[in-house]
This record gives sequence, structure tokens and C-alpha cells, in this order.
Amino acid sequence: MKVLVPIKRVIDYNVKARVKSDNSDVDLTNVKMAMNPFCEIAIEEAIRLKEAGTVTEVIAVTIGAKAAQEQLRTALALGADKAIHIETDEKLESLHIAKLLAKVVEKEAPELVILGKQSIDSDNNQTGQMLAALTNRGQGTFASKLDIDNAMVKVTREVDGGLQTVELKLPAVVTTDLRLNEPRYASLPNIMKAKRKPLEVIAADSLGVDLAPRTQLVSVSEPVKRSGGIIVDDVAQLVEKLKTEAKVI
Amino acid sequence: MKTLVIADHDNGILKPETSKTINAAVKLGNAIDVLVLGENISEMANQVASINGVATVLVADNAIYGHQLAENTADLVLSLAGDYSHIVASATTTGKNFMPRVAALLDVAQISEIIDVVDAETFKRPIYAGNAIATVKSLDSKKVITVRASSFDLQTEQAAATVSALDSTFDNHLSQFVSVEQTESERPELTAAEVVISGGRGMQNGENFALLNGIADKLGAAIGASRAAVDAGFVANDMQVGQTGKIVAPNLYIAVGISGAIQHLAGMKDSKVIVAINKDPDAPIFQVADYGLVADLFEVLPQLENAL
Repeated sequence: MKVLVPIKRVIDYNVKARVKSDNSDVDLTNVKMAMNPFCEIAIEEAIRLKEAGTVTEVIAVTIGAKAAQEQLRTALALGADKAIHIETDEKLESLHIAKLLAKVVEKEAPELVILGKQSIDSDNNQTGQMLAALTNRGQGTFASKLDIDNAMVKVTREVDGGLQTVELKLPAVVTTDLRLNEPRYASLPNIMKAKRKPLEVIAADSLGVDLAPRTQLVSVSEPVKRSGGIIVDDVAQLVEKLKTEAKVI
Repeated sequence: MKTLVIADHDNGILKPETSKTINAAVKLGNAIDVLVLGENISEMANQVASINGVATVLVADNAIYGHQLAENTADLVLSLAGDYSHIVASATTTGKNFMPRVAALLDVAQISEIIDVVDAETFKRPIYAGNAIATVKSLDSKKVITVRASSFDLQTEQAAATVSALDSTFDNHLSQFVSVEQTESERPELTAAEVVISGGRGMQNGENFALLNGIADKLGAAIGASRAAVDAGFVANDMQVGQTGKIVAPNLYIAVGISGAIQHLAGMKDSKVIVAINKDPDAPIFQVADYGLVADLFEVLPQLENAL
């Protein structure tokens, strides 16, 4: 069984994004970049399935500028067998990404696609669901547990107020939530080995997908800052302030 | 043109997010129809009919919609989409699940988690964990939108609107419901609570979270946690407040032993009043707190419980 894991290069999750002074976008010059945390969980899950003997091949794919190959190499170092880079310098939206991934799915025919539920830059939470729709597959979003048996995958999903389990016919699409697993780190020998693993580059505009923008980014601004509060001396003063000043208790 | 809102509910109990999402939809300026789908939902459909601004309630009452599976829900919404310029749902785990599927099948972009309506095609939404606010204009003829309900008010009531039954059924057999495990709790749900008290790494272990119980009981509060506390294994992941957990905006948020990492602030900084209790006076949480108490939480939590 083959698994496809689409990943995204994003700002490192420890770095605070700063808005450009002209309010055109977030400033990413000289900012540390990394694999999106939910994508790391997706890679880890695919590798564990391979280690368990359920999966025979793990393919990592990313869409973006040349620099994104760095994250593909990380995926290879973690244990992916091969990588595909769909190269573009355009700023693409979730719908475009899903359409390009649908082309890869068509070509590679993976039984399972595992993606992060959301990227920590655009915070859209769309690509997996869109890909499932475009490829007419069932979807198991926000997964905290996967159980593959014959032609089915059981997905336990993190939903508001609890956990929901659904069973999907394979081929299917799964998106990862935090509790699914704890990703490993790549070892130095594996990082060296990853340099020799296959990495195929495909030009995004060669795939016959309409990449015209569907949204326009009008502006980006800083969120409204909270005005500084006060430090209270003790619990008595705190309770007093909450009762008489803030009137919330 | 009209707007279609898809109601959000939990086993037939209408979620407050639905009213808030209708509040956002009203700002689009169109007449509003609301789709209620599920099993045995007639009572809930009547509740929706009394939310101010609703013109017609469309009811799809059928076992195949019982668990609001994304595949069937998306196909049902798609079948109705022709009449509407805007399709809107709450950014709950249900809305987040089926709405992008609707958008892709309509071949349009989705605008996720809007916090403000600028005009019928322009919206504000947080990006980068809320560290920036993007103003985004949709260029598509149909807009598919999810709403961060905590950014909008509850709608007032009205005389009941028309309720009309739908008999179309969509069952695509791609997925099947197996089971659901509700988190058993006497407390309100995190995202719906008026008061939230959260513990962080400073709680030191899971047992110490019991110190929050008495305070939560007295305030009718939900109990949350920072990612650090979840990662350390103190408490379950579904208690996590933050960018990768639940986004809350209660009237009162009490952060106990939480330093205030970016990831946590993203999930609670829209709370009306924030209280921080931390022994480190330099903890970033104090920069967003309305009331800070620099103290050892193990000393002051029992005092706070007694003082309430």
C-alpha cells in the first residue's frame, strides 16, 4: 500500500510573525522556516505504518518555491522513500494546492493520503477536505488514531466535546491532529542518506491546473493590542477588582 | 441573492455558534435561509426559526444525516447551492469538516474563520495564529465562508420563520459512522463557557489540576490547559486552549501557571477580561492580562477558592 504525504514549508512555530510596515503581508525575510508541525505528524504516521508493515511506500510531496526542497529532504531523512516537488513561485491558495495534489494522486494512485489538518501560516484548514472532494474520496479529518484493516481505515477524530470514529473506504484522505503521534527527529546518518533518495521536480504550470487567484489579499494588519493591565497585591484585591471594576463575577 | 447558513448542533442540541454565525450572516445584507440537518431535529428547527434574521428554515431530517458526515453533508449543501450567493457555517469541527468539501465541489475558494464582515465580499480573518489579521476579498461568484463564532454576538429572537422540509437524500457510502465518545463533564464546554480557568506547566502535574476544580465550580467555569501542560502529559489534549487547540473568548479567562507562549495567546487573547497568576513577574502572560497576580499558585489558588 502506498501513502502520499503532502507537506508545507512554513514559518517556524517558535517565531512570531511580524507584519510588514506597508501592511501588504507578513514579513518572512530572514525568518527561520520549517516543516508545518501538523505535516510532521502526517509524515510520522506514514512512517509508522510502513514500519508496521501496513504500508510499502511513503511519498512526500510539496508545492512551492525551490527552497521547499529543504523540507522534502527532511521528510526523506525521517523515512519517506521518495519526494516530489511541484515547483512554483506563485502564491497559491488551498483550492489550487488541492487541484495540483489531485493530479499527483491521479498519477501515483496512493491508497491513502495523509496531510496536516492546517498550516500554521494561513490557518485555513481546507486542503485535505478539498483534495478528498476533488478525488471523490472519503475523508477522516483531525485524526487522533488510525486503524487500517483490509480495504478500510478507521479514523478517530477530535471533535468539539469528544471523539468521533468513522470508517472510510480506501482509497481515502486523512488529516492529522496533535494527538495522533509524537514525531521523531531525523538522525544524522539518515540526513546523509536522504541526500541520495529520489526527488522529482515538476513545474506547477505543466499540470494543466488553472492557478488564477480566487481571493485578493487586501491588507494585513497587526491585531488590536490589549492595553496593559495592572498588577494586584493579593487575592482579596483581585476578587474585589473582578467584582466592582470588571464586573465579571 | 440569498445567504444559506448551515446550523451547527450536537446530537440535536442547537449550539450557540449557530446564532452567532447568523449574526455574521446578517452583516452580508442578504435574506438568510438556514439548513438544519440531522436526525429527529424538528424541535431544533423551530428554535432556529426564532433566531432573528432567518427567512426560511430548511430541514433535512434523515438518519443518513444523523452524524453530519462530511461527504453526505457536502452533497446536500451542494444540491441547494444554486440559489445562494453566500454559504456560511460556524468554524466548529463540524463546519471545518464539510465546508471545504462544498467549496471544492463548487470550484470556489473558502474564506476560513472570519472575524469581521467588511462588505459582502471582503472579510477579516486571523492568520499566523492571530499574530496578523488579513483582509481578504473573494473573487469568486459564490462565497463559501466559515465564521469564528466567538467574534460575533448572539442574535435576538423573532416571531418564528417558515420551516420547510427537504426530502432529498445523499448517501455516498464513502464513509460510515462508527461511534462517538463524548467527554464526560459536568462543566460547560470550553468554547461555550462564560468563564474559563486554565492551567499551564506551572501546575507541575495532572493531580494539581484538581486545585482548579473548586474555583471552576464556584464560577461555573470550564477548565482548560496550555499546550505545555498537554505536552507534559498533565491533562488530555481536548483541554488545550491555543492556536492548535480550542479558541476561546469568554467574559473571564484565568491563566494559572501559564507563561503566555504565542501559541497559547492565540487561543485566548480575545477574552473580555484576562487574569494571570504566575510567580514569574516577567512572564509574557502579564502583557495581555487585565489583572496580574505575581504569586505562587499553590498558595493563592486555595485563597481564591475561599474568597469566591
